Amino acid sequence: MLKDITLGQYFPGNSPIHRLDPRTKLILLVVYIVILFVASGPVSYCLCLGFLAACIAVSKIPPKSFLRGMKPLIFLMCFTGIMNLFFTGGETLLVKFWIIHIYLEGVIRAVYMILRFIALICATFLLTYTTSPIALTDALESLLRPLGKLGLPVHELAMMMCIALRFIPTLLEETDKIMSAQKARGADFETGSLIQRVKALIPILVPLFISAFRRADELATAMECRCYQGGEGRTKMKQLRYGRLDASAFAVTLAVLAGSIALTVFGL
Amino acid sequence: MTPLLEVQNLSHTYSAGTPFAHKALEDVSFRVDRGEFIGVIGHTGSGKSTLMQHLNGLLKPDQGRVLLDGKDIWSDKKFTRECRFRVGLVFQYPEYQLFEETVYADIAFGPKNMGLDGKEIDRRVREAAGFVGITDAQLNASPFDLSGGQKRRAAIAGIVAMEPELLILDEPTAGLDPRGREEILDNIQTYRRAKNATVMMVTHSMNDVARLADRLIVMSQSHLVLEGTPEEIFSDPQSLVDMGLDVPEVTRVFLALEKRGLRLPRVYTLDQAVAALAALKGGARHA
Repeated sequence: MLKDITLGQYFPGNSPIHRLDPRTKLILLVVYIVILFVASGPVSYCLCLGFLAACIAVSKIPPKSFLRGMKPLIFLMCFTGIMNLFFTGGETLLVKFWIIHIYLEGVIRAVYMILRFIALICATFLLTYTTSPIALTDALESLLRPLGKLGLPVHELAMMMCIALRFIPTLLEETDKIMSAQKARGADFETGSLIQRVKALIPILVPLFISAFRRADELATAMECRCYQGGEGRTKMKQLRYGRLDASAFAVTLAVLAGSIALTVFGL
Repeated sequence: MTPLLEVQNLSHTYSAGTPFAHKALEDVSFRVDRGEFIGVIGHTGSGKSTLMQHLNGLLKPDQGRVLLDGKDIWSDKKFTRECRFRVGLVFQYPEYQLFEETVYADIAFGPKNMGLDGKEIDRRVREAAGFVGITDAQLNASPFDLSGGQKRRAAIAGIVAMEPELLILDEPTAGLDPRGREEILDNIQTYRRAKNATVMMVTHSMNDVARLADRLIVMSQSHLVLEGTPEEIFSDPQSLVDMGLDVPEVTRVFLALEKRGLRLPRVYTLDQAVAALAALKGGARHA
């Protein structure tokens, strides 16, 4: 039941997108977000969405998984859309009812905002679907390394992130087990008022925290026993290297960026 | 007479409809009569724990039925909940479910969920604590201050306090030292005698089931493959070994002695072995 939750789930594969250096993907995601915010006309929006669709097609990730991932954000999208619909002023009045004024500009803006939202979410999902969490932390560590000069413990932060990601499935499994055990003692999580339901969580949370602390303690001991020392002087088994594929990915994305800027300048 | 519990053609598949689907149980049927002590043995991953979670309605069968007292436990929602109390399930490593501030409150969690009044809860908690040998001083302590074996016993008391008609224990002695194991098994026996309760115990210890169980159920690769008294089950050591199981240690010793030419009866427990050896010794002297 709890295992069905997708938390930036990684779909293993061997598509060109999968094979890109994780740093490339991370940087290009940022570039893509810039492209999205540069775009302003119908043609430039088509370019943005088309580019994203092409990337998704190349990655061979089933489009359904993107829809599934978007579900929890539907409310936010609708909210953004409605806010833009009602509160954008303009010249062409479409509907006038009591204090509600809907202008054509508002409709267009709402559609653009929702499209931008969808593209943003899909692009982020494309990154997490095609990149394993470990690769992602590696990339982050590598990209943030310059900040290490300012005294930021980059390696330690990346390690913490890595461990946190690693333990999500373990803790979910543990939660499942504890829930079953408490249900066997008649605990009821499904009925009752809100306060009762919150109270019903105590028998799950207490054992869960205790086991999480125990695991953390054991892991720390195990790391100490192996004389783990992060940061300085530590080498990696898998070195990140930019390749030809990354160069072409950069070229294509920058071309889309240039195109988007050009289209916006011409007002398309 | 209707059996206490009857399982009919039970099948269960995890993650059905996804690429990760795997069959955990296939066409399992058996019955449990009142007052029996049933041992459930099987290799790791044979489906024992999944089977146990079906017996009190934690998992819903894909196919087949589980009848408690002749009534399908999924027939209505209220009855499913009632089954949780009538069939008490002690999970593996149950000490990880302790959460209350005192041992007393933790044991009282189950009875409280049953909606019993304070006096009855108090009686049950004290009685259950008595069965597992938890002292009054320990009842008021935090469960996290107890030793490993004591924690385990406190957790078992939490189920026993619901006074289930059928008590199921999933590897209750896993990870304990020999003394802790003996204590738990003694507690179960005490409880069983006092309440004339029906008990099912999943275990990897052939020695324990040979000594305690009236009947054995053997699971292998999602199927129930053998069912019978310990004598019947352990009479064919080779097929058990093929399933990744074994016969009790004394049985193995006696089989080895037999191979060396001694004429011995089949034994399954230490007591039987002592008696058989005494008889042999006596017979040899008289000859």
